[in-house]
Amino acid sequence: MLQGIYDFIKGIFEPLGNYLIGSQVPVGSSFAGDIDALIALVAFLVGFWALLAYAAFFFLIFRYRERDGQRAKYVTGEEKNLKRWISYPHAAIIVCDLVIVFMAIMVWYDIKQRLPEADSTVRVVAQQWAWNFVHPGADNQLDTEDDINTFNELHVEQGKTYHYELISKDVLHDFSVPVFRLKQDAIPGRVLKGWFQPTKPGAYDIQCAEMCGIGHGIMGARIIVETPEEHAAWVSQNSTGKLASR
Amino acid sequence: MAEAGTVTETHAARAHAAHHEASFWSKYVFSTDHKMIAMQYMFTGIVMALIGGYMSYVFRMQLAFPGESVPFYGVVTQGEYNSLVTNHGTIMIFWVAMPMLIAAFGNYLIPLMIGADDMVFPRINRLSYQIFLISAIVLIASFFVPGGGFGGAWTAYPPLSASAEYNLTPLGSTLWLVAVALEFVAFLLGGINFITTLMNSRAPGMKMHDIPMVLWMIVIASILFMASVGPLIAGAVMLFMDQVVGTGYFDPDRGGDPILWQHLFWFFGHPEVYVVLLPAMGIVADIIATFARKKLFNYKLILYTAFATGIISFFVWAHHQFVAGIDPRMANVFTITTLIISIPIAEMVFLYIATLYGGSIRLTTPMLWALAFIAEFIIGGITGIFLGASGSDIYFHDTYFVLAHFHYTFFPIAIIGFFAGVTYWFPKMFGKMMDERLGKIHFWGTIIAFNFIFIPLFVLGAAGQHRRIYNFQNFPDLAGLQDLRVLATSALLVMLLFQAVFLFNFVMSLIKGKPAGKNPWKANTLEWTTESPPPHGNWPEGLPNCYRGPYEYSVPGREEDYWPQNVPPDTAPAE
Repeated sequence: MLQGIYDFIKGIFEPLGNYLIGSQVPVGSSFAGDIDALIALVAFLVGFWALLAYAAFFFLIFRYRERDGQRAKYVTGEEKNLKRWISYPHAAIIVCDLVIVFMAIMVWYDIKQRLPEADSTVRVVAQQWAWNFVHPGADNQLDTEDDINTFNELHVEQGKTYHYELISKDVLHDFSVPVFRLKQDAIPGRVLKGWFQPTKPGAYDIQCAEMCGIGHGIMGARIIVETPEEHAAWVSQNSTGKLASR
Repeated sequence: MAEAGTVTETHAARAHAAHHEASFWSKYVFSTDHKMIAMQYMFTGIVMALIGGYMSYVFRMQLAFPGESVPFYGVVTQGEYNSLVTNHGTIMIFWVAMPMLIAAFGNYLIPLMIGADDMVFPRINRLSYQIFLISAIVLIASFFVPGGGFGGAWTAYPPLSASAEYNLTPLGSTLWLVAVALEFVAFLLGGINFITTLMNSRAPGMKMHDIPMVLWMIVIASILFMASVGPLIAGAVMLFMDQVVGTGYFDPDRGGDPILWQHLFWFFGHPEVYVVLLPAMGIVADIIATFARKKLFNYKLILYTAFATGIISFFVWAHHQFVAGIDPRMANVFTITTLIISIPIAEMVFLYIATLYGGSIRLTTPMLWALAFIAEFIIGGITGIFLGASGSDIYFHDTYFVLAHFHYTFFPIAIIGFFAGVTYWFPKMFGKMMDERLGKIHFWGTIIAFNFIFIPLFVLGAAGQHRRIYNFQNFPDLAGLQDLRVLATSALLVMLLFQAVFLFNFVMSLIKGKPAGKNPWKANTLEWTTESPPPHGNWPEGLPNCYRGPYEYSVPGREEDYWPQNVPPDTAPAE
């Protein structure tokens, strides 16, 4: 039921989301479209209110500009017929807020609160000022002989659901992949788990999004989303367990 | 004031006690006069604003032309870049917005608008400024110590801020922390003074709902500050101990928790937004009423929305931490509280717009600033919804979208609010009128340029560009957006150049401005009933009484369209 309402509203705003965000940043994960649609919904609602407020604002400034021999009206704003101009928008804003809260929580729950079954798990280790990635290798298990360690380059397969284990060796970092619309702080002393499902092959930026010291500005990496065949080739090429590519 | 009754005589006797001729030192440096302390805060704030503005010039130049030598600075290194953005934020919030809006206008206006001769604790007031000045000096000193200034962002998240091993600025980060803590002490002292003075020293007859809105807002802001800053001071002490003594409050290897600092910081940090917003809203309210010749639209409701905003602001802090590793279920709670706070704030803005209805609007320079505050703040407000909604914040968190959003709130607050207030009260402060034509040139130059700085930054944020990055050429997906960065930087240069018009106008008006007289704007509030500038003791002939609310403009049946608070009923207005 809730999911049905969510899908209905999302369907309405998906094209606008695609125009606002998707046209600039590729829609690279299964949930990126949900975030774009949520952004579009918020943009529509707040844009409507802002335009209304600006229309009233500029109209009043123009209509009630100083004119000779015209005095201002003496009103306190507590008159019933005038107070409506505040109380009706007030009620309407509460309704808009409820819609936004509902949609935001649905998106949030899907991305951050639940953890769907994974096809594979990668480990992301942040440190001042670089990214280390541990891929499970051919046996699809971490911490085994054939793990593939890479530096500033994460290889994933299109269409697979991944869990990530996010670790920091020193200070706070943030694993951010704009094309996935994914962002998560890394905290020293903790392993943070989350998921993503890449949908679009290509190479994209990973940025560190949390100030982490002098080298924060160069702490970028690339995520390589490969088709199943390309990915299998990459795994077999690097399954010696040594530090691969770069 | 011939009508001073028995009640005012004791009130007036107190005014004379403090009134005597003073030497240069006791008049300008160690003064306890609230007006002089206000001036000290204001000019310190202007100097700090120039420093903060210079910093923004340097790092925007680096972003537009990466790696090239910046005129009047040189080549910006990564460490310097981090230090510049960190201290730009710290200065603009703690050493510009707070001293100019709360301390300068609070000190100047509270006694004058309630008809008192000074603050209730003049010496605490002086101590407050002295501590504030020391804090500013400590902060500036932190740029010049070995290792350079602190570069861990104005939020100072540990473990980066807690350990010199990580931040590489052993002295800079400690001095930064000490400066911020001293600044808090200064404002705690000031806040006690503001609240006590407003509650105890009002002119006879001034009831709670006769208090000008700007004073209510400054006092609510002071209450919010005092209620929220405690946890952060505790956090600052712990962080200081981590830095200097080697404790491990925020060190996960020794049982500490870095997230704890974020909670303490934002428990203060979000109310802090309203601490600086409300005084600016108050300044705007008074200016709009004066130049629309209108009563504020539903005074009581505006006041209640301010209280509601203040209270709710204590329950929204974790929306800064959605992706920081807190329990994801908490995000749902904070999404709801954050969207709730949009209701009273939106209502307050509606009430301001409604005040224009039926007015007789004069577009003087202060009125232009006040209206621009509303127009720009609406953008700041609505873009906050994207960030308060947890789902969309996953994408926008720590991008330039956030940066543009809070500049659309803080710029109207700290800069537009200040210009509105200073152009409005300049005649009272210095007894001279400011030049209107230069004022309008400065206004349009600043406002148009401001939008050209930050609208491109919204676009960059939507394209996924993150904050605090020294050179975007290192990120292949972002390197192509350089034109927008150059546009924003160019607009910043234009805006900074236009500030010369303001400084020129300020100085020339001091020297050659037309005499202002007591009440050039024909306003109602009590500060306009004394000389311009007010003498020591404010009303040497006796303090005024108050007979009505502050916004009795255009009352039907009266010849004049204003009715000052001090004029007894059934007599013609003074002047």
